[in-house]
Amino acid sequence: MLKNLNKTTRSNIITYGIVIVAFVVMQGLAMAGAISNSLVGLLVPICAYICLTISLNLVVGISGELSLGHAGFMSVGAFCGLVVAACCRGIVGSDIVRLTIAILAAGAMAAVAGVIIGLPVMRLRGDYLAIVTLAFGEIIKNLLNNLYVGKDASGLHFSMESANSLGMQGGTILINGPQGATGIDKLSTFASGFVLILVTLTVVLNLINSRTGRAIMAVRDNRIAAESVGINVTKYRLIAFVVSAALAGMAGALYAMNYSSIVPKKFDFNTSILILVFVVLGGMGNIRGGIVSAALLTVLPELLRFIGDYRMLIYAIVLILVMILSNNAAFQSRLTSLREKVRRRSDDQAALAVDSQSGGASHE
Amino acid sequence: MGFLTNLINGISLGSVYAIIALGYTMVYGIAKMLNFAHGDVIMVGGYLCFISMTNLGLPPLVGVLLAVVGCTCLGIVVERLAYKPLRGAPSLAVLITAIGVSYFLQNSALLIWGANPKAFTSVIPLPSVSLFDGQLVISSVTIATVLVAIAVMVGLTLFTSRTKMGKAMRACSEDKGAAQLMGINVNSTISMVFAIGSGLAAIAGVLLCSAYPTLMPTTGSMPGIKAFTAAVLGGIGSIPGAALGGVLLGIIEIFAKAYLGTQFADAIVFAVLIVVLLIRPAGLLGKEIHEKV
Repeated sequence: MLKNLNKTTRSNIITYGIVIVAFVVMQGLAMAGAISNSLVGLLVPICAYICLTISLNLVVGISGELSLGHAGFMSVGAFCGLVVAACCRGIVGSDIVRLTIAILAAGAMAAVAGVIIGLPVMRLRGDYLAIVTLAFGEIIKNLLNNLYVGKDASGLHFSMESANSLGMQGGTILINGPQGATGIDKLSTFASGFVLILVTLTVVLNLINSRTGRAIMAVRDNRIAAESVGINVTKYRLIAFVVSAALAGMAGALYAMNYSSIVPKKFDFNTSILILVFVVLGGMGNIRGGIVSAALLTVLPELLRFIGDYRMLIYAIVLILVMILSNNAAFQSRLTSLREKVRRRSDDQAALAVDSQSGGASHE
Repeated sequence: MGFLTNLINGISLGSVYAIIALGYTMVYGIAKMLNFAHGDVIMVGGYLCFISMTNLGLPPLVGVLLAVVGCTCLGIVVERLAYKPLRGAPSLAVLITAIGVSYFLQNSALLIWGANPKAFTSVIPLPSVSLFDGQLVISSVTIATVLVAIAVMVGLTLFTSRTKMGKAMRACSEDKGAAQLMGINVNSTISMVFAIGSGLAAIAGVLLCSAYPTLMPTTGSMPGIKAFTAAVLGGIGSIPGAALGGVLLGIIEIFAKAYLGTQFADAIVFAVLIVVLLIRPAGLLGKEIHEKV
């Protein structure tokens, strides 16, 4: 059946299939109690990181811009989602509806941040663009580190100074500056994470295979040529950037509502880099590869726990080796020649087998 | 006097940023790579100096020398093992490798020296200088930092403009292929740049730890990012640009801390970078290269 479809559709169906099968298997294993508690605790973060990887892939792989501030959008979404979820507490009964509203609001907020940041950033190119996204990521972290939000009977209170200057009568402090948010309702579930992955995948895959997506890739491949055939370069780069930001914000909200407390420092430069590592190891522009690498690399430190303190060291070495082996020209050519040799040998054997079979027939 | 004190502190911090930024800018100029492991070389330099002074009981000057030699070797080894196999690979692959090296150095330091902060004793055991009847007190570290930065800057400018090796470096950064055709050994030149950059990072590490005496495995990462910002601010690839960007960034940071509150200092530093890049997309002293079709 798959063979009748065109190549992209087939590839997309395989991608969806992998995600669905992985979800069913993991859900089954978790229900049967076959996986450890620490791994069960990682299920939602894995979903969030997969969404983040897919969304960053849109900027780094499809649009061809190096972004080092993806965690910034994640944190905007995370804290916006937390506030919205807290506001809906008591108003909206169902947890799923509350989570959906929070995630949508987070996406919208992150998209706004994406436009604000994207407009100036899109004037720059290459490494300069990378450093400016890094700078914006640090600015967002710095601002959130000084954000105080509280809720009481009269509504929401915001302050950039201290918890005392909120001027609240009773109520609760939702975000307390550097201490971050505490008392979060843990609304995220593995199933909701799975749905968010599907949504993210649908958005990104459809965008890539649309007229807009082709324009984005044309700009990536040759900006000047794209411009000369009438593609609005800034517009298409901005579309990719903002969609990616919105999806990152949604993933951030999912991630934050998996914990009872979260600090702004969690979303620093290292988190941005972590997501970038997932994208690059999965293959730039390769959505399926990104999904696999995000899942594996989130689990890897957990699996390496038995070697204790050395695990991050091993992780670093694995990272360096993978990069060198997958990019070194000499190693690659040796690998190709080895593959060639193996294939030739199996071809020879197949030919021999055919010969011996047909040999008997021809003699008659 | 508050203004003057802040200005002097800013110049001093900026001098450290400038020395670190030089390493970034030279490596970028020649290898076109963002070396994110550079900040961690600073930390290694700090630790090397610390153990030779505290554990081995050597005099400060020998400690500094050991740190410089150690980091220079580290720079060469890292370049040889991690970056050299990736010549000609996509720049993002090199970037991720640099991040891997950064993780490796941080976690090695964590395993060797532990997570507890070490109290670094200043390498310059001289009293502070007091001016205007004690209204203006300048610590000896501050003065030493500025002097070292000036010496490094002058030395490096002379090195790149006068010596054969320096000329080879400039030739490589302009056009590697043409440089090779002229008989320049590009590989050894790149190794040389990494060696110089790492040696400078060690000096910066010792100065940084003397001024802010806590030493942790993550000590280098924030100054590393700031210095990188400084290099971009001044125009990455340009040596005077790195110096200018570093000093400017240091002054802005100290003034933002003094007059606008410590919480937002980092945000202001990065906001300045963004504004500068929007006005001058190649940095203050960077050359803008126009694309030809």
